[in-house]
Amino acid sequence: MGIITDNLDLWSSTLLGTLVLFVAGGLLALVLGTLVGAMRVSPIPVARAVGTFYVNTIRNTPLTLVFFAFAFALPPLLGLRLTGDVSLTLAICALGIYTATYVAETIRSGINTVPVGQAEAARALGLTFGQVMTLVVLPQAFRSVIPPMMSVFIALLKNTTVAAGFSVVNLGSIRSYLSERGENQFVAILWVMVVFVVLVLLLSWAQRALENRWKVAR
Amino acid sequence: MSSVLYDVPGPRAIARNRILGVITVLVVLAILGFIVWRLWDTGQFSAEKWDAFTYSNVWLQIALATGRTLAAFAVAAVGALALGFALAIGRLSDHPWLRGPIGAVVEVLRAVPVLVFMFLLYYGLPVLGIRMEPFWAVVIALIAYNGSVLAEVIRAGVESLPRGQSEAGYAIGLRKAAVMRLVLLPQAIRAMMPVIIAQLVVTLKDTALGYIITYQELLFYARYIGSQSTYGSPIVPATIVVGAIYIALCLILSFVANRVERRLRRTAKLGKGVAPADDAMTATRAVAVQAGLDDPEPRR
Repeated sequence: MGIITDNLDLWSSTLLGTLVLFVAGGLLALVLGTLVGAMRVSPIPVARAVGTFYVNTIRNTPLTLVFFAFAFALPPLLGLRLTGDVSLTLAICALGIYTATYVAETIRSGINTVPVGQAEAARALGLTFGQVMTLVVLPQAFRSVIPPMMSVFIALLKNTTVAAGFSVVNLGSIRSYLSERGENQFVAILWVMVVFVVLVLLLSWAQRALENRWKVAR
Repeated sequence: MSSVLYDVPGPRAIARNRILGVITVLVVLAILGFIVWRLWDTGQFSAEKWDAFTYSNVWLQIALATGRTLAAFAVAAVGALALGFALAIGRLSDHPWLRGPIGAVVEVLRAVPVLVFMFLLYYGLPVLGIRMEPFWAVVIALIAYNGSVLAEVIRAGVESLPRGQSEAGYAIGLRKAAVMRLVLLPQAIRAMMPVIIAQLVVTLKDTALGYIITYQELLFYARYIGSQSTYGSPIVPATIVVGAIYIALCLILSFVANRVERRLRRTAKLGKGVAPADDAMTATRAVAVQAGLDDPEPRR
């Protein structure tokens, strides 16, 4: 326990770093992923093609490569000076752009689980497009999207550690700071593992709770 | 074409969709144009930035680095499959003293980020006097994580089978191991093949994490060549080249995954279509059908 109580400042700042990456990256992924998901189910062929290309390319790109491009190739292109804030922003962008593809696919498959008959029935009743969406299609899609979306966020939480390789402070990088203070690295990493298991358990618990609450009764 | 989201477009919707299509094209062109402009403006298209890639030695090193990436992937993939089967069978065991601990191990391995596991192997274990090459740290971490994910996939595949399958196996006198090996696993693997190969693509992507613990794979070499000032620090060209190789490798594996999936589905159908065993069964089945114990449709 000493390794935690003696270095509370490090643990709190790295945990905060992980949470910042998780929340900011998650928000960016949600916005971008919803946009791309909408493009993939839109009636516009060009938009569908662009969305498909984006999803297929980024899903076949290692996250480390995305980070690599953002951390090393982008700063010289945009003439950025690598300060802590710039590194953090780039890491958030990398995580968001990578996770957005998974969000987009989740939303697309969620919409596809709603039977076509639902929308047809709504239109037959004379509902407008806005009413069909807000009253019939999206509520059902939203419910079936919740469990896989939580899995995407669990993966995002674990992926935040990759930022440790690109000089962004988070739980993945606490190891090097603790070893500078002469602590036992093995024990430090074991504690990091414990923290992640706890965080993932919390998210899985939230997933199960939301799933039970918003189950589609069919 | 009808979708749950929109009707077959009428004249006004067609016009609106055209306008939206043009806007999409313009936005994409603007983004691409911005990237090309920045590449041009910072001189990434100049000959000296690409000078490094005119040497055959550089390409030889890139080939070797690709080989190291693929070596880590190959060992990790085989290991993860083996571990996945072992853990899945352990989790499906009838003995609580085996099922419980293995379930806990699988859950913990799935919850721990792969990179942190690599750190544990590469930076943590030397404290205990165990040193290993970065290669083995990468491979073991990938085996542990992907093996536990595959275990869950295989278990889900087995549990999704109708209970009649294993009951029929026991009824003809097979023992537990034989039921698993001859009846349940072949069907579970076929059903889960797409997911299993998708997980192998994840394994290939995650070998790139080795860069962070100094395994000399493609990204490591890109960083090295990108920081050589004698070549004009071509980090952007190096990223483009190595990125293209990585994406190509993953796309090839995804393509193979699709082909295997389609093929398995086709042969599965063929096997069911021919099914000479079904005819041999008819004598016994006829009795069952007459007694109302079985439906007259041949069971698939």
